[in-house]
Amino acid sequence: MAGNHRGRQLLRYLPVLPAVMLLAVFLAGPVLWAFHASLTNAGLTGRHARNPEWVGLENYQRLLQDPVFPISVVLTVLFVAGSAILGQNVLGLALAVLMRRARPAVSATVGTAVVAAWVLPEIVAAFAAYAFFSRDGTLNQLLGAFGLAETDWLYAVPMVAVILANTWRGTAFSMLVYRAALNGVPAELIEAAQMDGAGAWQRLAFITLPVIRGSIATNLMLVTLQTLAVFTLIWVMTAGGPANGSTTLPVLAYQEAFKFGDIGYGTAVAVVLLLIGAVFGLAYLRLLRDQKP
Amino acid sequence: MTDRHGRNRSAWADVVLLLIGACFLLPLLWLVLGSLDPAAGHETRIPQQPGLDNFAAVFTPELLFRPLWNSLLLSAGTGVVTLVAAVLAAYPLSRYRSRFNTPFMSAILFGTCLPVTAIMVPVYGLFVQLRLLDSMPATVLFLAATSLPMAIWMTRNFMDAVPVALEEAAWVDGASRLSGLRSIVLPLMGPGLGVVFIFVFIQAWGNFFVPFVLLLSEASQPAAVSIFSFFGQHGAVAYGQLAAFSILYSVPVLALFVIVARGSGNALALAGAVRG
Repeated sequence: MAGNHRGRQLLRYLPVLPAVMLLAVFLAGPVLWAFHASLTNAGLTGRHARNPEWVGLENYQRLLQDPVFPISVVLTVLFVAGSAILGQNVLGLALAVLMRRARPAVSATVGTAVVAAWVLPEIVAAFAAYAFFSRDGTLNQLLGAFGLAETDWLYAVPMVAVILANTWRGTAFSMLVYRAALNGVPAELIEAAQMDGAGAWQRLAFITLPVIRGSIATNLMLVTLQTLAVFTLIWVMTAGGPANGSTTLPVLAYQEAFKFGDIGYGTAVAVVLLLIGAVFGLAYLRLLRDQKP
Repeated sequence: MTDRHGRNRSAWADVVLLLIGACFLLPLLWLVLGSLDPAAGHETRIPQQPGLDNFAAVFTPELLFRPLWNSLLLSAGTGVVTLVAAVLAAYPLSRYRSRFNTPFMSAILFGTCLPVTAIMVPVYGLFVQLRLLDSMPATVLFLAATSLPMAIWMTRNFMDAVPVALEEAAWVDGASRLSGLRSIVLPLMGPGLGVVFIFVFIQAWGNFFVPFVLLLSEASQPAAVSIFSFFGQHGAVAYGQLAAFSILYSVPVLALFVIVARGSGNALALAGAVRG
């Protein structure tokens, strides 16, 4: 009887199988393969492409000695802190707050402009950002019109350029999250504070932000994870240059694997990135569980 | 008095918002002006002799139609595979109680957090070993796998919003689980499924890195990758054509987003009606 029950239970869950198989072959598979390949000297071409040899932790030892690796970690942290946590998150919140006070027509128009940058195909957004920051691009033309000196953004300050570009590209997500969150703040709370004589900034700091702190934490997690994975924007704008001046971890993994043909070493970099992602992912799950009372 | 106060604040917010909005549109200015300028370069300028020459130049099977067709195959294929797998998986997760549900949904949510760019090197390795490089179906399956976690999550939420009572009525009349799903649940989730499909479609359409790594021959490349054909072999870039192509390639997803913005309103309305 019990066996029969279990059998029926299994049968009921049969429809989950296609999804589980897709996820196992194309997501879990590559992740496990990555851990394995990072312990070999697999190459893109040549002898080691067909018959990779087991090299143990050699790739990771090399990683620790590689002067580019610590630079790359610092640049990745800078990129995430600058464009996700500061840029997208703060600007998204500011936009959502302003939109509640502006005329509906204005907030709809501006909302469309912000979302457009986010919906565009990533390669188009990357080319647009490249043209915008290039030596004779729109930004320098504008600065020139105001009598300011031109800067070769992509060479002189590549990180500033890619951080601004990624803020432009991704703010829409935070804006949408915060618009939904602000709609959930009870109007009575705000009105009560207003009656007590609290100013706009005080209401924001002591009422609104504490009420939406759950959304803030969720948004911070998600934009961090999304920004951690950004490749195309940086690759098109600076290709990680000049002289590794903007080589974040995804760009480094790509370069080592495909440009220098060292799949094993590139995969070791990818594994580091996966582990960082996993830590944030687990923190995110924990956060959601704690939010559910 | 509060009214006047409110109106003041409103004008101030309008100005700041419009300034920020202008900053967001500025990088797109080059695309629009460049596409209309037969002699376009890096710089943004009003075309001296505006015309549609760039658009005319890219309107060829090799430059425009084949890449867009490949993009369509890739995105629609990914959307269909993802949606079918997500609906099948969401049904038991939504309708049966089991110890299996919570850990499975946690794993799914964890999967949405995975930085997909980090697995492109290993995926390339996997595709080489399985001889799947340059295969459109394999690339579709991979893209479907990357969008499945989010799709299952969304689909289950939409399915939870359809009351079981409606299905039970159908079972009493002798309908099977499957026909209940087909004739009661899916139609009621229609707008929600539309949102999931378009969401997956937009992501696949705009994805550059995956086809860039997995689809190598020109015949199978989608628009995201073929765009590099405007970078000539000797460093000469056809900027005007690049801009025109970018616009033609972007318009479908911008249009779909407008639909989803309305559609999600419908889906939210459905959720609200069921709860209320």
